[in-house]
Amino acid sequence: MSSILVFCSVQDGRIKRSSLEAMTRARDVASGAGLGLSAVLLGSSAHDLAGEAMSYGAQHVYVVMDPVLDSHLNAPVLSALESVVREAAPRMLVAASTESVKDILGALAVRCDAAVLPDVASFALSADEVSCQRPVMAAKKLANTSSTHSLVFVSVRSGSYEAKQAPADGTVVEVAFTFDDATLRQTLKEVVTTAGDTVDLSEAQVVVAAGRGVRDENGRALVQELAEITGAAIGASRAVVETGLFPATAQIGQTGKVVSPDLYFAVGISGAVQHTAGMANSRIIVAINKDPDAPIFDIATYGLVGDCFTILPLLNAALRDAMN
Amino acid sequence: MKFCVCIKQVPDVQAAVQTGRMVLNAYDASAVEEALVLNAENGDPVDLVLVGPSTATETIRKALAMGASDATHLVLENAEGADSHAISALLASHFDGHGYDVILTGKQSQDTDAGLAGAMLAERLGLPYATNAVGLRVEGDSLVVTRQGDAGQEIIVLETPCLVTCSNDMNNPRIPALKGIMAAKRKQIATESAAAPSARTAVTGTVDPPGREPGVKLEGEPEELVADLIRRLNTEAGVL
Repeated sequence: MSSILVFCSVQDGRIKRSSLEAMTRARDVASGAGLGLSAVLLGSSAHDLAGEAMSYGAQHVYVVMDPVLDSHLNAPVLSALESVVREAAPRMLVAASTESVKDILGALAVRCDAAVLPDVASFALSADEVSCQRPVMAAKKLANTSSTHSLVFVSVRSGSYEAKQAPADGTVVEVAFTFDDATLRQTLKEVVTTAGDTVDLSEAQVVVAAGRGVRDENGRALVQELAEITGAAIGASRAVVETGLFPATAQIGQTGKVVSPDLYFAVGISGAVQHTAGMANSRIIVAINKDPDAPIFDIATYGLVGDCFTILPLLNAALRDAMN
Repeated sequence: MKFCVCIKQVPDVQAAVQTGRMVLNAYDASAVEEALVLNAENGDPVDLVLVGPSTATETIRKALAMGASDATHLVLENAEGADSHAISALLASHFDGHGYDVILTGKQSQDTDAGLAGAMLAERLGLPYATNAVGLRVEGDSLVVTRQGDAGQEIIVLETPCLVTCSNDMNNPRIPALKGIMAAKRKQIATESAAAPSARTAVTGTVDPPGREPGVKLEGEPEELVADLIRRLNTEAGVL
């Protein structure tokens, strides 16, 4: 039986929530089309995480255990995924649209002779067609896009589906993999992480994001305090990443990360489309901005008109009380 | 190093109302800027290639005015039906035998945000590549790329020839000066008519994204606003 193969991204020893969301959708689509569900995990922890993939319905979990796959470098990842796609011969490959997946998806499609529907908000499979909706024009429109190719790769934006378990009796399939370092022509020197990246932004349930209105170190301290109280990851608009007030890893929007937390605080963010393209799927949006006409108020669940330097100290104190 | 930058003409997605105004893709502009900066000292060429309709010439002129050396226009009048698969195949045949040290592209185009063509082109040409670069440095025969990854910034050394896709966080592209604009007008653009290889995906239409439920805007004294918000987060939203 052919299957839908789900590439599970791993971070901090766990399968990413966004991968489990994509897998939940892939499971529904597979069962509707009479296909099996399988998963692929790469790296030293692949075997240990196979059980988690099975708890979301994977009947076959393909693992490639080489430690070269523990950090992201596209050449070995491509080579490993190519081997798994050849072995599993799926109808579709589905993955969460992470930066690492964006890095390899096009090249993998050329190598495996597949069609690609990237960064989709939803997807479906009928008899001979994979269809999807994907945001275009800075997320002002959704494009209905489809492919009748026999092998289709789909990457799914985080927060598009809810991750739900449905345990299956699965088997682990180890895929043989050899990689010649001499053919790499690329070296990963180091990965620079910023101190303070304690909660992964794209996976966070609560996000506190700062914009131009946060202005300086004092504003940043207030934002950090709010994040600490609510257990949030810290995000930022492009404006305050450019000034150096927040690290580039914090950037949310069309060029940065796409987030869809339960609760999103937009502090001093005006709400340009380039930013909202990355956060408009958040469940509850709280916006704090002194400009009553700021476009962020058009999408905010709760809009507070006022200066964040006045509001945040009060909000932080009140939230501390409310959380106790 | 010999650079070639793949550029694209796109609608101005930042405009509040679409008027049909077309611009140089912002990510490609950053790629052009970076190549010009890296070659500023040594005077090596920064060439351009664009796939698109004949009306896209103005976008090539814009990038030439920034300071690029030579440009090739692969004229494809009906580019809407061509997906990343088709465009990357066209570009791959253009690069056949050209001998560039580095090919740069934007990391995605502002209109479709697909972000596939760069890595597809690298794979077709058999080149090592990196995507989403926020910094580039030449070191001997190699290129040191800082890319924005999932968990932080990855520092990758690529042997040349190679391909890199650029983020707009890399730099602020220069605004062409009058001298550059005048010089660009006199430059020859090599044109070749292109027939797009068949696409593997098709856009059948666009729809408006589902709107959000209208929210509430709270105005008044800061203390009251905060108290009201906490109450609503507790009762209505259930997130505390």
